[in-house]
Amino acid sequence: MDDPPVPACSPRAPAPAERRILMRALSDPILKVQNLTMRFGGLVAVNDLTFTAGRGDITALIGPNGAGKTTVFNCITGFYKPTTGRMALRHGTIDIDAYVERLTDTPNDHLKSADGSLYLLERMPDFQVSARAKVARTFQNIRLFSGMTVLENLMVAQHNPLMVASNWTIGGLLGFAGFRKREKAAIESAKYWLEKTKLIDRADDPAGELPYGDQRRLEIARAMCTEPVLLCLDEPAAGLNPRESLELNALLRSIRDDHGTSLLLIEHDMSVVMEISDHVVVLDYGTKISDGTPDQVKSDPRVIAAYLGAEDEAEVEKIEAEVGL
Amino acid sequence: MMMEAPAREPVNFAGLLKDAAFAAAIAFGLFSLMLGLKTDQTLNNQMVLVPRPGLLAAVVGLVFVGRFLIGYWQAVNAGKITKRKAPATPLALKIEKYGTAAFVGFLFVYPMMVLGTAGPSGAIKWIDNLGIQILIYIMLGWGLNIVVGLAGLLDLGYVAFYAVGAYSYALLATSEPVREFMAGVVGPTFWPLWAFWICLPVAGILAAFWGVLLGFPVLRLRGDYLAIVTLAFGEIIRLVLINWVEFSGGYAGISSIPRPSFFGVPFNATESGFAATFGLEFTPIYRTIFLFYVILILALITAVVSTRLRRLPVGRAWEALREDEIACRSLGINTVNTKLTAFAIGAMFGGFAGAFFAARQGFISPESFVFLESAQILAIVVLGGMGSLLGVVIASILLVGGVELLRELDFLKAYFGDNFDPAQYRMLIFGACMVLMMLWKPRGLISVREPSVFLKEKKAVSSDLVKEGHG
Ligand SMILES: Nc1ncnc2c1ncn2[C@@H]1O[C@H](COP(=O)(O)OP(=O)(O)O)[C@@H](O)[C@H]1O
Ligand SMILES: [Mg+2]
Repeated sequence: MDDPPVPACSPRAPAPAERRILMRALSDPILKVQNLTMRFGGLVAVNDLTFTAGRGDITALIGPNGAGKTTVFNCITGFYKPTTGRMALRHGTIDIDAYVERLTDTPNDHLKSADGSLYLLERMPDFQVSARAKVARTFQNIRLFSGMTVLENLMVAQHNPLMVASNWTIGGLLGFAGFRKREKAAIESAKYWLEKTKLIDRADDPAGELPYGDQRRLEIARAMCTEPVLLCLDEPAAGLNPRESLELNALLRSIRDDHGTSLLLIEHDMSVVMEISDHVVVLDYGTKISDGTPDQVKSDPRVIAAYLGAEDEAEVEKIEAEVGL
Repeated sequence: MMMEAPAREPVNFAGLLKDAAFAAAIAFGLFSLMLGLKTDQTLNNQMVLVPRPGLLAAVVGLVFVGRFLIGYWQAVNAGKITKRKAPATPLALKIEKYGTAAFVGFLFVYPMMVLGTAGPSGAIKWIDNLGIQILIYIMLGWGLNIVVGLAGLLDLGYVAFYAVGAYSYALLATSEPVREFMAGVVGPTFWPLWAFWICLPVAGILAAFWGVLLGFPVLRLRGDYLAIVTLAFGEIIRLVLINWVEFSGGYAGISSIPRPSFFGVPFNATESGFAATFGLEFTPIYRTIFLFYVILILALITAVVSTRLRRLPVGRAWEALREDEIACRSLGINTVNTKLTAFAIGAMFGGFAGAFFAARQGFISPESFVFLESAQILAIVVLGGMGSLLGVVIASILLVGGVELLRELDFLKAYFGDNFDPAQYRMLIFGACMVLMMLWKPRGLISVREPSVFLKEKKAVSSDLVKEGHG
């Protein structure tokens, strides 16, 4: 197997004119979050949040620390049950608006039509969000299987198809050929992602021994091994050095362009957000304060004030100069 | 008395001595009542206290010297210890592989070797008390290893499944309706001869069923809470067996449990017995040897199945669960099913071992299934190194075999008086072993993890990285 050519990362952000100005959020949505509210006792972590993520877009969710970004991820991926709200995800081209009310009126968590399937994520337990709705995620504080090797981490990610191939363990125990073939395919797919994340040389090392930047990439590779339609990344660039950060941008673009996986991204580093995202949603104290293309959001004074925590005009100007406005 | 440390010597002897004296004082406080005094009965049934200053002094002295040596060793090695240990080489894995193969080969010839050296009457003790006893614990250790070592679920009630297996076999094999039914279907001699072979899988399945039953309520529990509930489960099963007298016979237990036959040929002195059939002189040793091979095969099946399971998706999911449950769920793994299969399969092997135990003893009662058994099996798994099959073998030999060997130490009576029974100190020794282990090798004897799959080179994973699970 040849190494896939690594796309040269462009050292400069593309000029605004080249960028896809039109987000696909409106024309081709993959996820619709409606009126999402999450309360912890008296604390409203997410307040009536409504946004749409487009298929094939990199959608960034930004906001100051404690704004509720991770909580949104936890709701989408089923780890928290939201206090109120609806999160509809679609596979295929099924018309979300036409079907979502009908689905909501049934007790079911999904609905199939000729054009695809619609899932109500808030009705699904966490593991089914990944297994059936095909939403994968990474964690703000990396969660690898540190005592297992890099390759094993990627094999665990392919648990469900392998489980079926092993006839729920019985065929595997008896050494049926079908399982061994499927396992080889799983190793190949793991190899693909290891090459893509430049971890192939460390495949047999314990995940816990990798340096920090490698662990971040391994977590992304592991999530991709579940073959998701939507990949949610919680601060993937945190703690990376500038070179690693550039490589990460290239990797995320390639995931979007070559694999048809849409991305939802929490990021603190504004330069990363501005460079790679197609669509930005800004949260502050759990409430959405801005939503649009990076350029629109960048010039929204409320974002600058809230996100950068600047109180007075002079400070805002100074920060704007730093960010390069 | 203070000893001045020489200038070149950085070891602080004064501190070490103080430390050792402190430990000795604690030992004195702890043991002065436990060991220093013994209650005894006089001929007219009066309680008297017999002081044992010699024993007390010996133990306190041992603690003093031991604490001093440990402290000294630590001080001398202080520089070396801080150095990060290089990841274990695959050599450890090779030793595990060939060591295991050699040991299995040895086990197959063991009964013959003992028979050759000790003769038929002397060999029974070595095959039964030592060989079979150790193999039962090896099998139980391997079964519990699936739950604790692989899935990381701390189960303190494992003996419950051992009991379920034993009672399943005992009750079915001695049940009058079953015997009559079988007599009607396949003839009167069938059931007593074949009961063991038919009930063995049934006992395993029933134990697995109870494993799932225990699994359900504890699914959401972690760590200490899981440990407490599983402990309680073990006690509940035992108390039910004690109190539901019509069902289980209560304290009296169940006796006259049919012994396994040699696939239909009984081990007795009759014309159709094993010895007569094969033209041998009758001795009870044949049955013992046969039982040895039965438990050996059962234990090997446990080892092969758990080794294979580790390389299957379900086994990898168990280990992933031990490492990080949240990450497992984010990858679409149904952690409920994964935990239940670990409980069920672990329990199944416990059930097999229990059925074998009942058949070997011919008599069972709730006394055989106390918490101490669970603790001992868990100690074997922890001592061996969680997840390691060879570790369980070594730990079983040390803990079970060691206790049996205590019975051989009669010569110690010369020092401690005629009433001294070394076997009574097994718990003390057991505890001391565990404490020493935790000091010396907190991750168990075999503390490397073998990867279940590799691309180019199989590298052992140092146990510093492997998690113990969260309950
Ligand atoms: N499980 C929880 N229980 C209580 N409060 C929580 C919980 N999770 C998050 N919060 C609170 O919700 C708010 C938003 O947190 P989070 O979503 O982690 O912010 P962000 O990821 O944007 O930094 C914080 O005030 C945090 O303390
Ligand atoms: Mg966060």
